[in-house]
Amino acid sequence: MLRKIRIILAAVFFIAITALFLDPSGVLYQWLGWTAKAQFLPAILSINLLVIILTVIVTLVLGRVYCSIICPLGVFQDIVSNISGRRKGKKNRFTSSKEVKWLRYTVWTLFFLAVVFGVQAFVALIEPYSAFGRILTSIKHPMLPTVIVAAVTLIVVAILSWRNGRTYCNTFCPVGTLLSFFSRCAMFRPVIDTDKCKNCKVCEKRCKASCINIDSHKVDYSRCVACFDCIDNCKFDALHYKFAWGQKSKTAESAPDSSADTGRRAFLTGSALAIGTAALKAQEVPKRDGGFAEILPKVSHDRTQPLTPFGSKSVKDFYSKCTACQLCVSQCPNNVLKPSTDLMHFMQPYMTYEDGYCRPECTICSQVCPAGAIEPLTKEEKTSFHIGVATVERDLCIVQRDGVSCGNCARHCPTAAIMMVPQHPDDPASLLIPAIDEARCIGCGACENLCPSRPLSAIHVNGLAAHVQD
Amino acid sequence: MEKKDISRRDFIKDVGLGSVALGAVAAGCAPKSSKKAGGEQTGEMEKRLNPATGDKVSLLGYGCMRWRMKRDENGRQVIDQDNVNELVDYAMAHGVNYYDTSPAYLQGQSELAAGIALSRYPRKDYYIATKLSNFGVFSRQGTIDMYNRSFEQLRTDYFDYYLLHAIGRGGIPAFNERYVDNDIMSFLLAEREAGRIRQLGFSFHGMQNDFDDLMKLYDKYHWDFVQIEMNYMDWKHADPRQNTNAAYLYEELDKRDIPITVMEPLLGGRLARVPENVANLMKTRNPDVSVASWAFRFVGSHPRVLTALSGMTNMSDLEDNVKTFSGFKPMNEEELEFMDQLAGLIAEYPMINCNNCQYCMPCPYGVDIPGIFLHYNAIVTEGKMPISQEQKEYRKLRKNYLVSYSKAIESLRQADHCAGCQQCIEHCPQSIDIPTELHRIDAYVEKLKQNTL
Repeated sequence: MLRKIRIILAAVFFIAITALFLDPSGVLYQWLGWTAKAQFLPAILSINLLVIILTVIVTLVLGRVYCSIICPLGVFQDIVSNISGRRKGKKNRFTSSKEVKWLRYTVWTLFFLAVVFGVQAFVALIEPYSAFGRILTSIKHPMLPTVIVAAVTLIVVAILSWRNGRTYCNTFCPVGTLLSFFSRCAMFRPVIDTDKCKNCKVCEKRCKASCINIDSHKVDYSRCVACFDCIDNCKFDALHYKFAWGQKSKTAESAPDSSADTGRRAFLTGSALAIGTAALKAQEVPKRDGGFAEILPKVSHDRTQPLTPFGSKSVKDFYSKCTACQLCVSQCPNNVLKPSTDLMHFMQPYMTYEDGYCRPECTICSQVCPAGAIEPLTKEEKTSFHIGVATVERDLCIVQRDGVSCGNCARHCPTAAIMMVPQHPDDPASLLIPAIDEARCIGCGACENLCPSRPLSAIHVNGLAAHVQD
Repeated sequence: MEKKDISRRDFIKDVGLGSVALGAVAAGCAPKSSKKAGGEQTGEMEKRLNPATGDKVSLLGYGCMRWRMKRDENGRQVIDQDNVNELVDYAMAHGVNYYDTSPAYLQGQSELAAGIALSRYPRKDYYIATKLSNFGVFSRQGTIDMYNRSFEQLRTDYFDYYLLHAIGRGGIPAFNERYVDNDIMSFLLAEREAGRIRQLGFSFHGMQNDFDDLMKLYDKYHWDFVQIEMNYMDWKHADPRQNTNAAYLYEELDKRDIPITVMEPLLGGRLARVPENVANLMKTRNPDVSVASWAFRFVGSHPRVLTALSGMTNMSDLEDNVKTFSGFKPMNEEELEFMDQLAGLIAEYPMINCNNCQYCMPCPYGVDIPGIFLHYNAIVTEGKMPISQEQKEYRKLRKNYLVSYSKAIESLRQADHCAGCQQCIEHCPQSIDIPTELHRIDAYVEKLKQNTL
């Protein structure tokens, strides 16, 4: 019964959060955004007290049900493990094992230090929700470097759960370890009734957390994820989920364990950029009707400061909170957010305007961010923030280069921050070139994205270290 | 008693209809029962006599400007030659003997494709019309090279009909730049003398005074024929800022006994897909003929018209047109009046006068100019224009506009990428102020996106 309730709740959460990430319509976040906000580490980073306190209380009362219901990577492992268990003779395939303390607490200490010192790349790498988000985002829209990390994560986690159930959760997962501090002394826990137990070990062989030791009749509650498989499968009614507040937790001690190796993760990032040249105007080329001119892909300028979304306070604040879950990347309808390859901000998103610009009516990333790296904004507030300033490179501007009129940047500036002024100040009739009114520019990138100069735009945006509001 | 009466009346009615249908089949104007029946028309293709040459020209001419393109193995757009051969075979089999092409059409591939398809038939069985499309090439040698290349491409040693391509706009100065200052006009007159050009004419786009100026040159050049844009919209409702009413052009040519070839009888397909109220009137009058057939019959009903050119892309277009022009029945006065009424109704829809001729393309900055206009016109024609948030169904219309826009035009080729460089303007035979129209559509789409309409 308990097991069925757990499975139903897990299914609801899992389907909802999967739909949130894969949503092609871009509107589901309004109803499903809470599944991301309920995630523990993003809640800590965004200081979402409600979620933090609720999760701690629930864990103190019921044990690590969070890991079996809310955590999508946990549920994903259960699904893999369940499929693995359907193979012939593999139903009771687990064995009791000892807690791999040195690894578990080393990883956790490193993680803790990483959070404190803002090494978000490491945090993002092992944090379960982010890992899951990356996998889904890579399915929807694979982007380097995320897709490689996601693929490796998927393979490693899938192999571990295929063979040994919840190894990742009880060895590497920092959220699992953190919650284990509370679940040790949870009010309700699965307790073995030694009088009824016939030592058949079905529960032990069914425990995907490998935390039941029937020889000593002990359960390691730090690793128990409250899945209730043991209770529902005990033929002798010897296991009960019952009030055990204050009872000393019994830690299992037996059976050596095989430790898993996550393997090394190496990345190659190298892309050659073919810089094309503009078509030369040749003399006497017969006019041929129809067809399309080739459009060269845009190439990013080096920005003096990175661009982070409207709603982030500053570049530093953004990168110290972001868990690289990729939810904003997957939801951005304008292809502005991309995962970084920079080792310091590995996989954390940055903004760039080659494939789109940050449109004035869109605030989706600020609505979905569960970690507080991007704080909620209204459309009206959005244009009062300045995240960057545009700058013009005259040599690239087609007005100068091709001698034609343009003004596409000024035409699309939502804050009228671009003035079109005569190319030659002493000749008011000369072609008009853009000039930036720095005080009005908000850094949205409409000008950069829509600049006809390719591959390098003649106008580009540099980020502001600290965003300012009018 | 009453029941019996009705049934008897119904019976008589059925029999009557049946015999009418049978009679119609016998008379060779069977209503089209299905697409497949296209080849079953029984009347002969209508032919018009060119008195100067004795040519019997099919009233339906093949415009070789809108054939289907496909991607070759290198990703380049090329004409689907098998498709062209198939279409030309059908056209030849049904009496279509006038083929109009140009060195500029279909990215410069039209002449060759027409040449390949037509050279499979005896040269005397078809008439070739091609043009001196010396846009951007004004030098004497460059222009003559273009002229000579057309012979190779079309695999012939004479042109039946040769046109100065799209003159009128820019007036006499533009005409002089292309044909007089470089002494090409005398070259062409000599070629006509030598028989390599059997008939010399021009295709016209422009204002009335531009046309009058060209007519004044008649004594000097003796235009053998003139190609004009003519259809029931342009007859009396041509955009006065950009074009001349076809009725005026027709009368001017008619009184000089100059044969007329007609382009844009269907306005690039716009008159095949008309607003619902107009289509309704057509179908009420005759449910069995296509919307497009009304446009073709209108043009064909004018006796000075030698041929009406249709750029038929699909076999179904060709079949339908062959049906219209086989056993052709000209419109009577009352029907012509009806067409004028329809034109008045269509004129109320604020469409952009783009006929998808592709002369503006390729835009150097990659914008899909005709695609954007076609999409816009389709929305106008369907009456699906979102106008304001107060409008009923605004949300649905807004979504429809934005979704269909992004489906029709890839994002990098949409109107927001128009730099306003103005290079397209001179190429548009309709004199559309393309950048202004694109910027207008872009500003409108921007309002839709931001929901500030």
